[in-house]
Amino acid sequence: MDALILQMMNGLDKGAAYALIALGLTLIFGTLGVVNFAHGALFMMGAFCAVVMQKILTLSVKVKDESITFFDAYKEVPYLETWYGETGSIIIDWAVPLSILLTIPVMMLVGYIMERGLIQYFYKRPHAEQILVTFGLAIVIQELIKSMFGANPIPTPAPEMFSGTAPIGSWFGLSENIVYPWWRIIYLIFSLTIIGMCFAFLRFTTFGMVVRAGMNDRETVGLLGINIEKRFTIVFALAAVVAGLAGAMYTPILSPDYHMGMDFLVLSFVVVVVGGMGSLPGAVAAGFLLGILQSAASMTEVKEIIPGIDQIIIYLVAVVILLARPRGLFGLKGVMED
Amino acid sequence: MSDSKFTVGRRGVIKGGAALGAGLAAPTFFSRGAFADDHSYLNEPKGDTVTLGFNVPQTGAYADEGADELRAYKLAVKHLNGEGDGGMMNTFKPSMLKGNGILGKKVEYVTGDTQTKSDAARASAKRMIEKDGAVMITGGSSSGVAIAVQSLCQEAGVIFMAGLTHSNDTTGKDKRANGFRHFFNGYMSAAALAPVLKNSYGTDRNAYHLTADYTWGWTQEESIAASTEEMGWNTVKKVRTPLGAGDFSQYITPVLESGADTLVLNHYGKDMVNSLTQAVQFGLRDKQVNGKDFTIIVPLYSRLMAQGAGENVKGIFGSTNWHWSLSDEGSQAFVKSFGQEYGFPPSQAAHTCYVQTLLYANACEMAGTFAPCGVIDALEDFEFDGLGNGKTLYRGADHQCFKDVLVVKGKENPSSQFDILEVVEVTPAAQVTYSPDHSMFAGGELGSCNNGA
Repeated sequence: MDALILQMMNGLDKGAAYALIALGLTLIFGTLGVVNFAHGALFMMGAFCAVVMQKILTLSVKVKDESITFFDAYKEVPYLETWYGETGSIIIDWAVPLSILLTIPVMMLVGYIMERGLIQYFYKRPHAEQILVTFGLAIVIQELIKSMFGANPIPTPAPEMFSGTAPIGSWFGLSENIVYPWWRIIYLIFSLTIIGMCFAFLRFTTFGMVVRAGMNDRETVGLLGINIEKRFTIVFALAAVVAGLAGAMYTPILSPDYHMGMDFLVLSFVVVVVGGMGSLPGAVAAGFLLGILQSAASMTEVKEIIPGIDQIIIYLVAVVILLARPRGLFGLKGVMED
Repeated sequence: MSDSKFTVGRRGVIKGGAALGAGLAAPTFFSRGAFADDHSYLNEPKGDTVTLGFNVPQTGAYADEGADELRAYKLAVKHLNGEGDGGMMNTFKPSMLKGNGILGKKVEYVTGDTQTKSDAARASAKRMIEKDGAVMITGGSSSGVAIAVQSLCQEAGVIFMAGLTHSNDTTGKDKRANGFRHFFNGYMSAAALAPVLKNSYGTDRNAYHLTADYTWGWTQEESIAASTEEMGWNTVKKVRTPLGAGDFSQYITPVLESGADTLVLNHYGKDMVNSLTQAVQFGLRDKQVNGKDFTIIVPLYSRLMAQGAGENVKGIFGSTNWHWSLSDEGSQAFVKSFGQEYGFPPSQAAHTCYVQTLLYANACEMAGTFAPCGVIDALEDFEFDGLGNGKTLYRGADHQCFKDVLVVKGKENPSSQFDILEVVEVTPAAQVTYSPDHSMFAGGELGSCNNGA
């Protein structure tokens, strides 16, 4: 029972990341009709915003390292620590949460440039060409990041106060063995908040109403004199921000490296397809569903019955769902069915 | 030199006889893979230069390690050609290296990108052999790649000096006559670690293994489990994890209630960084099980990778082939030379690659030829010192180096960004030596050397 609860938590956590990426993918597909294979790269760029923030906060003065005598080596003492002492250390410790302040404007700009500079020229091109160009873009971004930050994962720890585990078992009168890392709980809450904000934005604002209308019938909205193109650019930037935030806050869980976007991209596409192309609630529901299934399939009890099931469960479920319901769980009739 | 290996011994007589017999029996045999025929071999250097092929990961997950390997190779080439301060060439003995290239030919090199993928590594090695005329291939940072390239070099007829490869299979069931490994292996890690673990954690422990699901992970898991079980530990479970899993949470949570008090992470590179970081996040190191403090072990450490795990490596035991903080003459010479050139100390990957290049060059000098069969004969059972690991033997039976193994621990109070691991014990070579027919290495044959002409 303890194991099941813990794997459920793992699934929710993983699912939260899938859902956030899939949400952005669906927004872009639903509004612009573009299959964006560079979306994983946006997730990765968000993660590197956290790395950059950490680097900014730890800008250092080089001091000769006396412990190395073989050659001239230098160690780095952050300016913040030199200037503000303990307070400086605390600010550095909070680099990941603070990186949100950097991630939002940077990703908005990246999204804007990407859409205006490249994606807009592929709106009316076949999906295959969109996939090729966005995939190529993802590789370019990846290699740029690698040339700047190297190939190895870069440690970006959560603030010290969130480094331990939360006794969630004791909270609910269950076994004391049920503990869960604080940061993962925070990530789950953060993801749910972002998802909620996205839905509220689309549901309760005039801008959101226009976007939703545009998703359903682009031509009619255009005929009403609304510049839907401009709004879609903003939607693209918004999707980039969502992916970026998902990446930045994920860094204490997974030390970022240049390839992390690709690892998430494939699964997120499966999530979008299972949820239903163009369906925002579908993307979120499928994200959590597949995250939980993947974790449950990793349980020893399950793997003893079907070895290796944890590796294929997502694809297996995707096949079954698509066979039974080709447009996905929440898919709209006519979307991607031609 | 008085230490020259060319003395007529039993092995030499048998091999010479075998070659002669083969030659008499089938004259055409000389055209391919004949030991005695040093006059004809693949990519024989005709001019005043000789080309070596450095096949390292330049892209992919181990690109940083590959970059460090390449730095070491460039330094080795520099030293071989008589430039720079000579590094370990000054401490290597017995050595016939004179700083005038190899056999009087200036050393040049070409590079390939293994991408840490077997097929890409084979393709780049093939290109360097066929198009660039490389007479020797070396490098790599993965056992899967090493085994694949070693096999290609055997078929092609050039020498392969393996880079970083730790699977027992490289010089076990997949060993080849044309391939040589200086790096240590999973068995040696286990043999070195076991006594240290016994002293630190006692004989009553329950270990849970998380293992990367490929040749290196399997053989390391087998080695560590065997060594720890021998000293009384119980292996609770062995769980295989997919390579590059990223999020290991679903594999770590079952550990919490498995009754295990020790987690062995048979992971390397990015997998090690992520699984260790996440295990610490799940509070495993703060846990008490069976009245004991929960502990984590990382049998194969790499300083470059340990940097990625940050604070989480503190106090965690593992093993390594070499460490820049060693105080022997050879290590100091290498660190000084490398540090002056690049501004930071070398990694264990850089060390093994540098050493392999010097060993190859010296073997050519000893053999008086670049012909693989001659080089192999010179390297087999060659004993040397001064290259950072104490007295070392390149065993002829399996082409594996036997030398001291370092047991290391994540340093509690690092004094610099490079000062991540501390050497807690230097395990003597005798303690990590095994017989060539040991069950963990059985199943393969070296076969005969191949000159490839």
